[in-house]
Amino acid sequence: MTAMSALSTNMRQNRGLYGAVILLSIIYLIYNILHPRGFSSAVLIQNANESVAIVFVAMAQTIPVLLGGLDLSVGAVMTLAACIASVLVNGSPLQIVFGMVVTLAAGTAFGLCNGLIVVYGRIQPIIATLATGAIAIGLALFIRPKPGGDIDGDLNWALTNSLWDFVETYGLFDPDAPWFAPVAWIPVPLLIILVFGVCVWLPFRRTVLGRTIYAIGSAEGAAFMSGLPINRAKVAAFTLGGFFASCGGLYLAIQTASGNADITQAGAYTLNSIAAVVLGGTSLLGGMGGAIGSLIGALILRVISFYFRILSIDPLLQPLVEGIVLLAAVSLGAFRVLRVKNRLELFR
Amino acid sequence: MQSALLHLRSEDKPVLVSAGFIVVILVLGTIYTLYTQGTAPLFSPNYLLQQLQTGAFLGIVAAGMMMVILLGHIDLSIPWTLTAAAMMATAVGGDLALPTGIAVGIAVGLVNGIGVAYLRIPSMIFTLGVDSVMRGLMVWHTGGFAPQDQATPLMRFLAAEKLFGVPVAIFVWAAVSVVIVLLLSRTAFGRSIYATGNREAAAYLSGIRTRWVIVGAFVASGVCAATAGILLAGYSTKAYQGMGNAYLLPAIAAVVIGGTRILGGQGRYIGTLVGVTLIVLLNSVLSIMQMPEAGRQVIYGSVIVGMLLVYGRDTRSLSG
Repeated sequence: MTAMSALSTNMRQNRGLYGAVILLSIIYLIYNILHPRGFSSAVLIQNANESVAIVFVAMAQTIPVLLGGLDLSVGAVMTLAACIASVLVNGSPLQIVFGMVVTLAAGTAFGLCNGLIVVYGRIQPIIATLATGAIAIGLALFIRPKPGGDIDGDLNWALTNSLWDFVETYGLFDPDAPWFAPVAWIPVPLLIILVFGVCVWLPFRRTVLGRTIYAIGSAEGAAFMSGLPINRAKVAAFTLGGFFASCGGLYLAIQTASGNADITQAGAYTLNSIAAVVLGGTSLLGGMGGAIGSLIGALILRVISFYFRILSIDPLLQPLVEGIVLLAAVSLGAFRVLRVKNRLELFR
Repeated sequence: MQSALLHLRSEDKPVLVSAGFIVVILVLGTIYTLYTQGTAPLFSPNYLLQQLQTGAFLGIVAAGMMMVILLGHIDLSIPWTLTAAAMMATAVGGDLALPTGIAVGIAVGLVNGIGVAYLRIPSMIFTLGVDSVMRGLMVWHTGGFAPQDQATPLMRFLAAEKLFGVPVAIFVWAAVSVVIVLLLSRTAFGRSIYATGNREAAAYLSGIRTRWVIVGAFVASGVCAATAGILLAGYSTKAYQGMGNAYLLPAIAAVVIGGTRILGGQGRYIGTLVGVTLIVLLNSVLSIMQMPEAGRQVIYGSVIVGMLLVYGRDTRSLSG
């Protein structure tokens, strides 16, 4: 295969992803042009901060969707993780690290339970996670009956600002060093997103389990016949989903310095995560797409909501516009219907 | 004959297990009340009727949800369909209140059905989107506040009055139930729903207009949600933001607990009735115990998972 045709295959297979990247670039560019303080580090930091949680939840949703399932508990697991973090992430540095590890472990364990129930209980993912989502919210309410919490102030400041502030807060080295200047403006939240997206998802997708997840989403029967570890891959998918959701919860708790077991908010995160997955080019039928696309999709959703602030659109219209964007995004998938030659193919 | 008998058993099992669980809830709840208060309110007819009155709203929502789940689809637009119907009905008022509310339900059902049946968008995501749009429309319409309009006297009568000592809402629930049972068991439409839910391609090849069937089921679901919304507005004298949020999860749970397969094609209405009763009684026992919201959510989720583990398991199959 020549380089040219390899490139064109790549383009065709990732059409959704590249489309999302282009869309995001365009709307974010226009946003910065319209914004009175556009193209500044401050705006970028603020935007990145508000995007981290939804990006993580969207990545969490992606993995079960690749299987052809759906995880309705991601928002609830994120809320649970945020509530745990709001209790544990404070005190001495050791205690803080311990609190963060416990938070991530709890979310991962919850994802593991989801996976075990789906695989060994043989319950459909949709209904199983609907129920476990209720359990997660219940546990979150036990931990934090009223919004509030106590998060280490330094951590909050260091993680929600630029690299310069991060280095200064912890006194790692002289933040004004000349070699550091070119990267000092980068927002820490943006780095967190990229590090987790690239260092967790990309290696995982190259493992046998990662490939098996794609195979299951495309054709479970064929994957089974090829001797792929189906059950382990399904459990791994939900576990990794729980891990990403708890990352989102941990960051949300650090960013807002509190935890809030809000059922409505958890539901909104779950809804937006599905929308982000679809916008990022992942097929709801499974087997196609990836977490990086969902990352982009989540950012698109966020940038759209940023527009409301600078364009002085009536904030009451925001839910309506969000809903219409979601419907429009999923309706793009309907073009498949027009191309189908044999109508029977529709009924699968 | 033998296989028919086995088949019947597999469909009856959920109903029997849920009915048994209802007895367990009643007994445990009564032991608790006898122990703490020395009374047994769970067995007094008045108390039960009152519980069933509030259960009627859930029952009607679940009836519509069941039609959609039988097709292997799901309707997540119920919360705001219900709210929108209630808000529109109270906003219009007068004699037109009820038709307006029902019309909202039909309209939402049509949009859902067309999106799912003709555009072939997964129902999960399409109805979520419609729900979000409905929420947007209602927030825009009301300015984000509870509307000031009052429910009409007819709505009050249907939801909160009593007839021969029995709440009228229960009669409405019964009427909806009769219609659904007749639809499912005595009409071609009902048979088509089961056939389409089992295997849409086969149903299509045998001449069933499967897309119309899907649209029909979503319209039924929308109308049921709208009816529940109108009743609920009558019960609480007005419509308010988020009034439908508490109905989605319990409705799905009631249908699934009642033995309807979430993948479609199998399920009986009696199961849904038992499922609704189970959830209503579970709720009332939990509120007698003054269980906080946190415990309720955990118990709720655990009961659904637990009951599904007993009988809701998929048979192992390769086709996926």
